[in-house]
Amino acid sequence: MNDDEIVTEFLVESHENLDQLDRDLVELEQSPGSRELLSSIFRTIHTIKGTSGFLAFGRLERLTHHGEDLLSRLRDQKMTMTADVASVLLQMVDTVRALLDSIEQSGADTDDSVPVEDVVTVLERVLAGESIGEEVAATTPAPVEIAEIAPLAEDVAPTAGEDTQPATAVTMPAVAPVPAPVPAPAVAAPVEPPTALSPTPAEAEHTMDEEGTARRGVVDASVRVDIDVLDGLVQLVGELVLTRNQILQRTDATTAAAADAELVRAAQRLDLVASELQESVMRTRMQPIGQVWSKMPRIVRDLAHQLGREVNLEMEGHETELDRSLLEALKGPLTHLVRNSLDHGIEPPADRDALGKVRAGRLHLRAFHESGQVVIEITDDGRGIDPARIGEFAVTRGVVSREQLARMEPREVLDLIFRPGFSTAEQVTNVSGRGVGMDVVRTSIERIGGSVDMVSVVGQGTTCRVRIPLTLAIIPALVVGEGGERYAIPQANLVELVRLEGEEQRLAVDVLAGAPVLRLRGRLLPLVSLAEALGGERIDGEALTVVVVQADDTTFGLCVEEVHDTQEIVVKPIGRQLKALPMYAGATIMGDGRVSLILDVAGIARDRVLVSAGHHVPEVRSSRVDSRALLVLEVAAGRRAALPLTAVSRLEEFSIDRIERTGSAEVVQYRDGILPLVRLAPAIGLTESPPRDGQIAVVVHEDAGRRVGIVIDRVLDVVEEAVVPTEVGRRNGVLGSAVVQDKVTDLVDLEAVVGPLMAASSAPSLAGAR
Amino acid sequence: MTAPTLDRADHEAQHSAALARQYCTFWVDGLHFGISVEHVQEVLRYQQMTGVPCAPEAVLGLINLRGQIVTALDLRCRLGLPSRGADELPMNVIVRSRGEVVSLLVDDIGDVMDADEFTLQPAPANMPATVQDVVTGVLPLADSILLVLDADAAVDVSSTEPNPGGPS
Repeated sequence: MNDDEIVTEFLVESHENLDQLDRDLVELEQSPGSRELLSSIFRTIHTIKGTSGFLAFGRLERLTHHGEDLLSRLRDQKMTMTADVASVLLQMVDTVRALLDSIEQSGADTDDSVPVEDVVTVLERVLAGESIGEEVAATTPAPVEIAEIAPLAEDVAPTAGEDTQPATAVTMPAVAPVPAPVPAPAVAAPVEPPTALSPTPAEAEHTMDEEGTARRGVVDASVRVDIDVLDGLVQLVGELVLTRNQILQRTDATTAAAADAELVRAAQRLDLVASELQESVMRTRMQPIGQVWSKMPRIVRDLAHQLGREVNLEMEGHETELDRSLLEALKGPLTHLVRNSLDHGIEPPADRDALGKVRAGRLHLRAFHESGQVVIEITDDGRGIDPARIGEFAVTRGVVSREQLARMEPREVLDLIFRPGFSTAEQVTNVSGRGVGMDVVRTSIERIGGSVDMVSVVGQGTTCRVRIPLTLAIIPALVVGEGGERYAIPQANLVELVRLEGEEQRLAVDVLAGAPVLRLRGRLLPLVSLAEALGGERIDGEALTVVVVQADDTTFGLCVEEVHDTQEIVVKPIGRQLKALPMYAGATIMGDGRVSLILDVAGIARDRVLVSAGHHVPEVRSSRVDSRALLVLEVAAGRRAALPLTAVSRLEEFSIDRIERTGSAEVVQYRDGILPLVRLAPAIGLTESPPRDGQIAVVVHEDAGRRVGIVIDRVLDVVEEAVVPTEVGRRNGVLGSAVVQDKVTDLVDLEAVVGPLMAASSAPSLAGAR
Repeated sequence: MTAPTLDRADHEAQHSAALARQYCTFWVDGLHFGISVEHVQEVLRYQQMTGVPCAPEAVLGLINLRGQIVTALDLRCRLGLPSRGADELPMNVIVRSRGEVVSLLVDDIGDVMDADEFTLQPAPANMPATVQDVVTGVLPLADSILLVLDADAAVDVSSTEPNPGGPS
């Protein structure tokens, strides 16, 4: 976004604000003591002042600064509102308008014909408590006439283009209802007539603006339409689209109606027109993201100032459009993300100097369309997010257990900052520490069907990527079949489709204590049968179709009977009677006119996975981890052993093909290094069981940069109960046995098992290890 | 529904002409019910329904009413009456209640009747509570007794049966 665009945005916004200001001032004259109105006026002027400062409009800033002083005194009741004061304020507002016009035409606020200094002097005198009655009368002669003859506004307008006379007069019609120069205390009556005379003052004003100033004309070449009307249109078009779908289906080549060539042609035309209509109607609700962008320079400037940062803000994709309601919902989260970047990302200038970075940090906002979605990127070149620190912090805050952390990819660790209860601020600052965590950001973005993720390179910066659908009314969805009905799964929740047949199914699906899980590329995914989620019975067939879905922080497999196709569906609300059901997000009408339910993936996750089947998804139960936590393993076909969880850095699975030998030791190549393996069963005096499915399960233990893989049969559980070790079963490699979860379990003597290997093992990186 | 259709407009025209004391009548398990015509949007033959697993038992499904999704409630179930035979197709009485449109599934549709000459009496105390709950009173007609249904109460099932398959 270049400066011109920022200025245009500023002008549009300021003109809107000034319109509001006029209304407020009028009202203020009727209720002079209203703090609410004064605050509102103060805010408006304050905003203009702030932005003009940012955009280096010195005169405008100086003027509004004085106005702000006066308003703040009034607001704080250090001064009282008198006719004099009101007049000066109005004069200030008029001059602001004049300056804005001058900026609009010449790009600068240096037009000498605008009497800024005069007004500032008057403001200063009012602030000093002097009476200024005569100046007011003298400096604002024009408005009176215009005010009385509002319909003549258009006659006045052409002069605006020349801008030769004091611009105060040009903009007066907008302020017309205000009996500005009337020195007597305000009376309500004079305010009304001009309004009554022209029933649509806004239109008159717009017309004038269009003639007077070309640039604002472009912005104003629009009609205000009640959003309800637009919503109604969107809904009607949705229905039209559905009806079209039905007709298209009936005139399909395979049906009898296809014989009627006329009908088929009409149906095709209908198809085209409906599609175009849909697009146009959707466009009426579209607004450029620039509306949000325009707020950013100010926010960034203030924050940078407050936090002692130097920031260069760059903005791109200003014109990217998205649905108005989404835009509204985005404002908060985006502002928060920007705050976060400044607060936690970009370092103070001194630190940056020390790091050899440019003193001023770079904050880049970019919006663009990508595959039917709007993507917004917020990039800073700050310190980045260190997964290790995040992980540590998450564990201490009890957001995840150490065992869960050990299994997480760095990317997933970064994701932890979006968990509830996690606040990245080590010390709460008054910028980010507003009780609005990243979890709230994610929730609000997900509520509008979007997603947010982060990529960060420590020391180099962070990119936060927000994806949102263009519109909420029509979404792409996968249609699946279950129990003779069709259900729609929003595309936003889809991760992938997996189909397992016969043998594959047997290999990939395990049942842990009645809970089916799917092994998918080394990860275990809880499986939820859609039939069961819908209160029915699970039917085990020869083949299994799994729709891998994601919502909130949960990924799970939804087993469905059939997968149909992907469709654009129109989301419709469902009745009050069904609101309590967590598994439905709404309903839609299919091409054949039948109703189908839209599944709420997050709701199903809450309903099934996280609540009732919590024992195989440790996320819920291990909210607090203590150092005595044990990882319970199965070794030697059914024997149980336990390792301290703190000793576990990751859990891995390797194909037995990957085992190589060096000397007498077994090793696998692992993360650019060599991971020595120790088979736990023989090490603790048990007989090893044959590998299952050609895979070995490995617990990676890491200490002082060295890693050892402990080969086990499988992980059974993580327990956090206090265990009492006994002397029973004590032998080489075993500290003793204990009763864990009502079963005798060997407590592994880690030192004895991995000690020899750790001594001999290579550091992760071979080069330079010795 | 934001899309007033011709049918609906017709109905509304009828409604405006009608008096509050007019009842749209229908039959459920041999009982003669009436509902104020003000509440009734239209009456439809059997419509194809999409079942809603886990829904309260009285919710028989969802129907597509000219693009609007309407919940269909089985009045027999709602009233605790024996269920309809498998071969009998219910009729839809589309009612409006608290801004929502709901279909009440009934056995058969009766006439629209003017009840000016009759006085509303309290429902007999020995009627089952499930019926009394949704009936504002009875009108003893010449050949039958008309039970006057309270539309708002009748469509309210979320609180009465929160669990799937729970006893009704």
